[in-house]
Amino acid sequence: MLTYKFVSNHLHINIIQMRRDVFQAIADPTRRDIINLIAFKPMNLNAIADNFDVSRPAISQHIKILTECGLIAIKKQGRERYCEPRLKQLDEVARWVERYRKVWEEKFDALDDLLEELKNNDKPLK
Amino acid sequence: MITTKNQTGIKAEPGKQELFITREFEAPRELVFKAFTDPDLIVRWLGPRDLKMRIDKYDCRNGGAYRYIHTDPAGNDYGFHGVIHDVTAPERVIQTFEFEGLPESGHVTLETTRFEALPNNRTRVTVQSVFQSVADRDGMLQSGMERGVNDSHQRLDELFEAEEIK
Repeated sequence: MLTYKFVSNHLHINIIQMRRDVFQAIADPTRRDIINLIAFKPMNLNAIADNFDVSRPAISQHIKILTECGLIAIKKQGRERYCEPRLKQLDEVARWVERYRKVWEEKFDALDDLLEELKNNDKPLK
Repeated sequence: MITTKNQTGIKAEPGKQELFITREFEAPRELVFKAFTDPDLIVRWLGPRDLKMRIDKYDCRNGGAYRYIHTDPAGNDYGFHGVIHDVTAPERVIQTFEFEGLPESGHVTLETTRFEALPNNRTRVTVQSVFQSVADRDGMLQSGMERGVNDSHQRLDELFEAEEIK
């Protein structure tokens, strides 16, 4: 009973192409852990890698993906390169869910009214 | 008389092919079940407010099928159809779902709707939708964008209900 909302087909595809990256970035548990780790405190690559059992190149690869989709930014400070969070991107993701939720909220509010009417109706349904 | 509105919950964890919709209703389970399965009642709430909804067929029994159409003010039709896999009144309906307006056909969702009786003649409804891929699910979520709701503040905790990103 899910109802797609009808973007024109073309637009729909473009939006998927454009937005999928953030979803892919946060789909991986290690990448989510990395975001959590640096959420309140920028860290350099070595410090981040120390928190994980996986290899440093693997962490480096995760950070590359996170950087490419704009979830973290690399700041140079002297010789060190610090990873900083850019969490605005995640608001975008939340917004999709929120709008989808609103679509259902509207239907269910209508259903509330219908159920009230049916409850108050002494005649058998239909 | 309903004093406070029940909240609609969406749970869509990152990287998964499913999503859950939950909502409680101030009505007994038999009545809520009927509102979800009787075409005369479905047509009164399932359509978006700004679109006309008509039911082509809705045969809600094992092996039955349904199709309904939303029509926008410009006269464009948007069809949806599926088959009813299993109906266990008044607790569960399992069905497929497909939106006919996608660029290619075959993007089918498996939907299980559960109706749980709560104390005081209340009912909790949980819809689990399983998509063929993570991309399909995320595309569906993004399609909600078009609603043009001007909500500026959202909560990440709905998306990450069981997750940890703050």
